[in-house]
Amino acid sequence: MRHPLGLLSALILTVIVAAVLLAPVLSPQAPGVAALKAAFEGPAAGHPLGFDSAGRDILSRLLYGGRNTLGGALIALVVALAVGVPAGLLAGYYGRWFDAAAGWLVNLVMALPAMVVLLASRAILGSTVWVLMVVLGFLVAPGFFRLVRGIVACVRRELYVDAARVSGLSDLRIVSRHVLIVVRAPIIIQVALVAGIAIGLQAGLEFLGIGSGDAPTWGAMLNEAFKNIQRAPTLLLWPGLALGLTSGALVLLAAALRDGLEDPTGNAPASGAAPEAPEAPASAVGDTADSGAERAALLSVRGLGVAYPHAGEVVRGVDLDVRPGEIVGLVGESGSGKTQTAFSILGILPEGGRVSRGSVIVGGTEIVGLGEREHRALRGTTVAYIPQEPTSNLDPAFTIGSQLVEPIRYKLGLSRARAVRRALELLRQVEITDPRRTFDAYPHEISGGMAQRVLIAGAMSCEPKLLVADEPTTALDVRVQAEVLELLRTLRGDHGLGVLLVTHNLGVVADLCDRVAVMRAGRIVESGTTEQVLGDPRDAYTRTLLDAVLPLEVS
Amino acid sequence: MNALLTVDDLRVSFPGKGRRAPRVRVLRGVSLAIAPGETLGLVGESGSGKTTIGRAILGLTPVESGTITFDGERLDHVTRARRRRLARDLQVIFQDPYTSLNPSRTVGDTLSEPLLGQGLGGREARERVGGLLDRVHLPAGAARRLPREFSGGQRQRVAIARALALGPRLIVCDEPVSALDLTTQKTVLDLLLEIQEQTGVAYLFVSHDLAVVRFVSHRVAVIRQGEIVESGPAARVTGAPGHPYTKALLLAAPVADVTAQRARRAAFEADRRAHGATAQANSSAER
Amino acid sequence: MPGFIARRVAAGVALLFVISLLSYTLLSIPDLDVGRQLLGQGAAQDLVDARNAALGLDRPALVQYFGWLAGAVRGDFGTSWFTSENVLRAIGNRLPVTISLMLGVTLVTTVLSIGLGVWAGVRRGAVDKVVQVLAVAGYALPGFLVTLVIVLVFAVRLGWFPAIGYVGIGESFTGWLSTVTLPILSLSAGSVAGVAQQVRGSVIDVLRQDYVRTLRARGLPPWRIVLRHVLRNASAPALSVLGMQFVGLLGGAVLVEQIFGLPGLGSMTVGYTTRGDIPVIMALVMFTVIGVILINLLVDILIGWLNPKARLS
Repeated sequence: MRHPLGLLSALILTVIVAAVLLAPVLSPQAPGVAALKAAFEGPAAGHPLGFDSAGRDILSRLLYGGRNTLGGALIALVVALAVGVPAGLLAGYYGRWFDAAAGWLVNLVMALPAMVVLLASRAILGSTVWVLMVVLGFLVAPGFFRLVRGIVACVRRELYVDAARVSGLSDLRIVSRHVLIVVRAPIIIQVALVAGIAIGLQAGLEFLGIGSGDAPTWGAMLNEAFKNIQRAPTLLLWPGLALGLTSGALVLLAAALRDGLEDPTGNAPASGAAPEAPEAPASAVGDTADSGAERAALLSVRGLGVAYPHAGEVVRGVDLDVRPGEIVGLVGESGSGKTQTAFSILGILPEGGRVSRGSVIVGGTEIVGLGEREHRALRGTTVAYIPQEPTSNLDPAFTIGSQLVEPIRYKLGLSRARAVRRALELLRQVEITDPRRTFDAYPHEISGGMAQRVLIAGAMSCEPKLLVADEPTTALDVRVQAEVLELLRTLRGDHGLGVLLVTHNLGVVADLCDRVAVMRAGRIVESGTTEQVLGDPRDAYTRTLLDAVLPLEVS
Repeated sequence: MNALLTVDDLRVSFPGKGRRAPRVRVLRGVSLAIAPGETLGLVGESGSGKTTIGRAILGLTPVESGTITFDGERLDHVTRARRRRLARDLQVIFQDPYTSLNPSRTVGDTLSEPLLGQGLGGREARERVGGLLDRVHLPAGAARRLPREFSGGQRQRVAIARALALGPRLIVCDEPVSALDLTTQKTVLDLLLEIQEQTGVAYLFVSHDLAVVRFVSHRVAVIRQGEIVESGPAARVTGAPGHPYTKALLLAAPVADVTAQRARRAAFEADRRAHGATAQANSSAER
Repeated sequence: MPGFIARRVAAGVALLFVISLLSYTLLSIPDLDVGRQLLGQGAAQDLVDARNAALGLDRPALVQYFGWLAGAVRGDFGTSWFTSENVLRAIGNRLPVTISLMLGVTLVTTVLSIGLGVWAGVRRGAVDKVVQVLAVAGYALPGFLVTLVIVLVFAVRLGWFPAIGYVGIGESFTGWLSTVTLPILSLSAGSVAGVAQQVRGSVIDVLRQDYVRTLRARGLPPWRIVLRHVLRNASAPALSVLGMQFVGLLGGAVLVEQIFGLPGLGSMTVGYTTRGDIPVIMALVMFTVIGVILINLLVDILIGWLNPKARLS
């Protein structure tokens, strides 16, 4: 465990548990022995913590009290685990009636405040703390149930569980190989949290005087101290400290466990995988067709570098030009840096990413080194963005209409009514058949192709001169893709837009682009007109890409 | 034809969203057949039900009506125990190489899983893992590593090795290359063809990509909204389709050649105008 | 929406019925011999029996329950066995105290946790660290321990607020404020920690969403994106945590009312459960469960309003 706080917490807990277990050895005297003369006395020889209101030795009561408090919490915890975990496994894995019944029961238990139930149980079961702790165990069991059920229900839908079933594994084997391994860490963390809660509730009960009479507990000690708060407030110190330290250490331990246990078992991010392609040959640098040419008016990128703190430079010296009315393709495989290039033109690099060198001129303005406010002024009105995944790029909480109207009003300063009219007009422009209905719809109510049209309308809303489209058709079916490509072609024609089209699909490039740049490992390896690059590729990598395209002819 | 797998009038439906919503009919009477050693390509758009066919064959989705027959044996309502033994004959490769491998188990663990499921001992199973890795051209050392240390294409090779472990006669390939880069896609497809040549395994190859399906398949079936609209030899269905829907799919897929693509685009637009309906209208109706 | 509410109310009524049946039968198990308790050890057995019969305790538990139920659905919760007080009136007298606590805590929690959570989630860095530490502390320490420390510091040492007692809001607003401030603070400590943590987590989550990037690309300023889009999407999970904490708050109120000597439902629960006064206990259980059901319903309606996708189910 690298977590120093976690280590400290574990240490504190070990010391407390050891001390409590060794109470008979460590205590100066039996916890019940009272010497009324010594009441409220401070520390004395053999009594390092002094005496309580009845003249009993505080250290002894603290140690023996810990046995009752922690023991009670342990009972509750064991009951909660024994009930909650198996029930959660069953409900999550098999679902159906058991899940429904257990879910109903859990809702019932969770609708009951634990403290009230415990008080009521006491009226039924008497004041034996151990029995009440069993009840408490049942009351906190839903925490384990919901945790385990939720995770198991998720894991059950994982493809690797399907694969295990197809591989002929029995349910028992699937649970032990795939499911338990995933729930293990969260359960351990939950144990630490529930232990803290159980200790708190146990002490709370004792504090209310619902305890086993004379037996020492931390809660009862606090109660006594509270009764004498005006006379001897320091009596609160030791039991309070014991309780606070234990609970605090448990929660910190849980936090440390979470950091230590959960990360490696989670699905590794895709970015962790190294690209399969070998490093690009260094000779390709700066050897691009356009590097000597005059810079284009609309978008001109020279020697652009994008760097991340840990990954280093992911874009290393890119040159690109887009003229008004021109569609330029930026082609590459995953990890080639094409999306990072697009993001840096828009000024929306993710956290940690920054332009490390080079120059980017958008509509006459140099944006490298430009202030965020000035750069923001360009977004929407000069350069606009069409994303890849249509549905996740619309805010699910707002209607399509309000998402279109908002930037129009903010950027163009139109009145509400005029902005609404403009939004409807935009929806018509992107060939949506019933603009009013789409305007009023929520994102989850429309299809992916429709959502992509909405996003294009959004990008067009403030009359930009340059569109940066990041794989705008990758998530779509081919027929919808063809229509969206057609739409982009129409918009370019009607508005004289320049488009930078990021894609991995050479067919899309052939369909739409005037010029194309091929990117690999952060560099442009070849660029030129689409006819030239696709028809007569000069770079070996471009040829590899073209060779990988599977043929599809119509006769 | 002496079929290895026959699917006859298969119907599957799922409960609708919301309380009283009608059931969503995903498959509305699908029939198909696969001969030993043959690849049947199954093409369709998202939501067409193509994945559900594969899952129904594998027993991962309950069958509402219709029959699935494998080597003369009915699979549509088979017992759990028999289903587990079927793992020897029927295997799967899923689309997403990131979620189809358990991220917290080593590649060796994953590959020995089907062997353990058929009652092999742990040691024996591990010994066979090296051979499996070799068949998908991965180094033997890969067994000790976790999936996240591999790229998408390498992970898909692991998934293929897992499917091969028990020497199956049919593998359901559910979009096995659509999450991969172009160059990787080609090498994985080549591997699948190579394995078929060596072992004579049959594939049900599910994909949205006509070019991919054409590359690997002997025969192709086109599915739309839960119904097969056209099927036949791969070259004919993907080259000179008879059904207008197949034709639209074919013309809509752009090719990496400027002149050829210009002609296709014109043909697609003409075809679209001739048939009136747009994909937009269709896809919103499918929702 | 009306259909949804009707279904939920029906489910709530079913829940109330089951809980009341279980509670009543369980509470009837121990033989408390209420008549003997009331009349003292020296009383003659026939007098005790007569007293028990007068309270209806000679009947089987189930019969007693349905008698209670018949009254309860008409709003008659009977009288306390031990004090002969009308139960509903007794609760009515104490309800304002607990409600002012709950409202105060909800207000403080909402304002503080949204503020802290958004601040920490957006700014990250040092601010985030401080909020995290506060959250852990608030979560880790048992509520009544925090309360004791607050009493010790603000009432005993500094003497800014009274340590004990309650002044009705009708009598004197400042008096009321001074008596509820410390209890509300004590109760809020834990819930602010939990909810702020959740708000922080969901804010960070929402900030990573694709649509936030798209909104940035549209040229909208960050504060607008945070206030309009991030806050709205982050509040649904925060609300459900708040709803779940409400149940815990009711339990916490028991301790806090006891410590501050507030005449609310919490301290009433402690007093009456120890004696096994079934009419009072039943009414208290019913009222807390109704409170929980109503809060959950409110939370779900709010979540549905915030998240249109959730409205379907």
